Amino acid sequence: MEAYLDNSATTKVFENVKDIMVEIMTEDYGNPSSMHMRGVEAERYIRRSAEMIAEILKVEEKEIIFTSGGTESNNLAILGAAMANRRAGMHIITTAVEHASVHSSMEYLKEQGFRVTSLGVDASGVISLDELEHAICEDTILISVMYVNNEIGSVMPIDGIAEIIRRKKPDILFHVDAIQAFGKFEIYPKRQHIDLLSVSGHKIHGPKGTGFLYIRDKCRIRPLLLGGGQQRGLRSGTENVPGIAGLGVAAKEIYENLPEKRAGLQELKDHLIEKLQQIENVKINSQGGTGSAPHIVNASFLGIRSEVLLHALEEKNIFVSSGSACSSNKQKQTVSATLKGIGLSIEEAESALRFSFSIFTTREEIDYTLDVIRELLPKLRLYIRKK
Amino acid sequence: MFKAFLLKYAEIGVKGKNRYLFENALVRQIESALCKVDGTFGVSKVSGRIYVTAESAFDYDEVIAALTKIFGLVGICPLLQIEDNGFDDLAEQVIKYLDNMYSDKNLTFKVNARRARKNYPLTSTEINMELGSRILEAYPEMSVDVHKPDKLISVEIREKINIYSETIKGAGGMPVGTAGKAMLLLSGGIDSPVAGYMVSRRGVTLEATYFHAPPYTSERAKQKVVDLAKKVAKYSGPIKLNVVNFTDAQLFIYDKCPHDELTIIMRRYMMRIAQHFAEESGCLGLITGESIGQVASQTMQSLNTTNEVCTMPVYRPVIAFDKQDIVDIAVQIDTYETSILPYEDCCTIFVAKHPVTKPNLKYIKNSEEKLGEEMEELVRKAIETVEVIWCE
Repeated sequence: MEAYLDNSATTKVFENVKDIMVEIMTEDYGNPSSMHMRGVEAERYIRRSAEMIAEILKVEEKEIIFTSGGTESNNLAILGAAMANRRAGMHIITTAVEHASVHSSMEYLKEQGFRVTSLGVDASGVISLDELEHAICEDTILISVMYVNNEIGSVMPIDGIAEIIRRKKPDILFHVDAIQAFGKFEIYPKRQHIDLLSVSGHKIHGPKGTGFLYIRDKCRIRPLLLGGGQQRGLRSGTENVPGIAGLGVAAKEIYENLPEKRAGLQELKDHLIEKLQQIENVKINSQGGTGSAPHIVNASFLGIRSEVLLHALEEKNIFVSSGSACSSNKQKQTVSATLKGIGLSIEEAESALRFSFSIFTTREEIDYTLDVIRELLPKLRLYIRKK
Repeated sequence: MFKAFLLKYAEIGVKGKNRYLFENALVRQIESALCKVDGTFGVSKVSGRIYVTAESAFDYDEVIAALTKIFGLVGICPLLQIEDNGFDDLAEQVIKYLDNMYSDKNLTFKVNARRARKNYPLTSTEINMELGSRILEAYPEMSVDVHKPDKLISVEIREKINIYSETIKGAGGMPVGTAGKAMLLLSGGIDSPVAGYMVSRRGVTLEATYFHAPPYTSERAKQKVVDLAKKVAKYSGPIKLNVVNFTDAQLFIYDKCPHDELTIIMRRYMMRIAQHFAEESGCLGLITGESIGQVASQTMQSLNTTNEVCTMPVYRPVIAFDKQDIVDIAVQIDTYETSILPYEDCCTIFVAKHPVTKPNLKYIKNSEEKLGEEMEELVRKAIETVEVIWCE
């Protein structure tokens, strides 16, 4: 048996995503900028994809800019918004638990002279709205907060933040990194007063190398890629037509019967948490119930370094993650900011694993994983570092 | 300007009747190194010298990078090759060559002519004198110094005429394949690849053994060792890497032995296993990256205890090196960046907090005895399940 429980790292593509991509790569391979029929055909795929996404978000089709994925969407949103609005102010607010693509953009902006306030989180991984309100000043031009935390699944108070912005300083741009939230929650940027929303394709059974940024109409952004002026000049470069078409199809499919899908994930989550809690010396780091995202469970297996358990599970065809997959090959591994942020001790953080599900995950896979864990833990715990 | 190179070798020049063996090995190494370079090249052995001639367009820097990795070469001289169109033409070409090479003419020089073709109208001494005066005429700032010239301008009269004045330092040592084979104990660290490189530089062919401990060491840690072996192989030629799954043996030792002796006992078993493979494939020695006092298992007492299980010589080329000296070589041979990748982090459980630094052989042997038959079985299993990866 195999259990792929690393769906927050990436997912398998839907069959119909693969089909449309193959068709475009082999049959309708035109360049959307070409004047001839092949070009028109290709452009139609892009428009169709934008329409499907616009319908899900209830926004305008022209407000969708396709990118190469989550990292580019976050970079474009933050750097683009900061650079285009620097005359209005040089202060930005974010959180201490953002993804590296947000965090690194902020570091870059600091070098450019911006001031960045980074809000801490409580034990459940959520920022305090009071603190946020106090951080806003005359100079604030942008607030960037993730919707769902990629490591523990905590959900940030997006509506609360938007409400504060409207009350205190309505011209602040609000960027939401929704990479782990899109396809799990209903998101409506208009009524939720979100100006910029980042999404990645491969987290929702779409292709890797795809994503989009929702940019509210009239929101000023400076592009990062310069060239032929594609996508209203905001993202030059020949569009990745098969990828964009695949992304559209994946988005449409993931949002069909979303409440049912979410309930399915929630059941898996509740089940896994309940059973893990019955094992000795396991600490659940995610909020139970509907207090956090339905597809992420983070837990510490005290006494065992996460890499060891990860590789031991791997031998049984169970695939999970320690910390965030994107950051596990950094030169010097440090304890994740999120796990530290929610107050875990070093030992707890170093023994933390993340299980993340998709709609393809079955209860059998979870039970198999639990069986293997129950079998492995006593063995592995025999061999903890001797004092 | 340069389409040919003169390759100089030193030590192998004095190997008497075996000399041809060394030269042939060197030519083989040069040919295989140039195989991986874009372009076609001819390698020829002419009266005790080796020439590389480009037969197509090529990238100068790439060729130099490949040639400077070949053990046995002490110098590489880029040659200007010209046709023999009389002495006046030769003088003109040399003067032009000097202008291309040295914008600052404030130099001392000496001309050193050699005639392989004795029917050339001038003798070597005549060429030296006449060419020298033509150069002085063209560049009055230059002056002659026959004892310690800044630039020795060599002119070789052969079928064609070769002109050169610069020597790029080669890797030195002896051509690989002229000294026999040795088994390198390769970890993911900084020292062992350097040790392998250094021994290989004396002409030794390498084989390697790596001890893998899944799930305590990851697939990526193994990949890192393969990458390191490939980097060393750029100098040493292809390396056969034996990957030994050591987990069960390690855990068994962990269970049965005092904690402070873990590392020493583990290392003794690693030596035994490596020696087994070494004997099997005709190696004449083991190579380790040990350096006196670097860590607990590398004190002289520990080395003595580990060494006790070895019946073949153990070569430890970095034994008296400081860490920084080893790092410098690792940087130079491009293994450092790979060595410092952090993948082996998770096997710290096998390291005691306070390992013994002065192990007593009697106690160690006593502990090993308690492992008994069962350990023998685990070692046998580890040897049987070895995975072989060719790294080149």
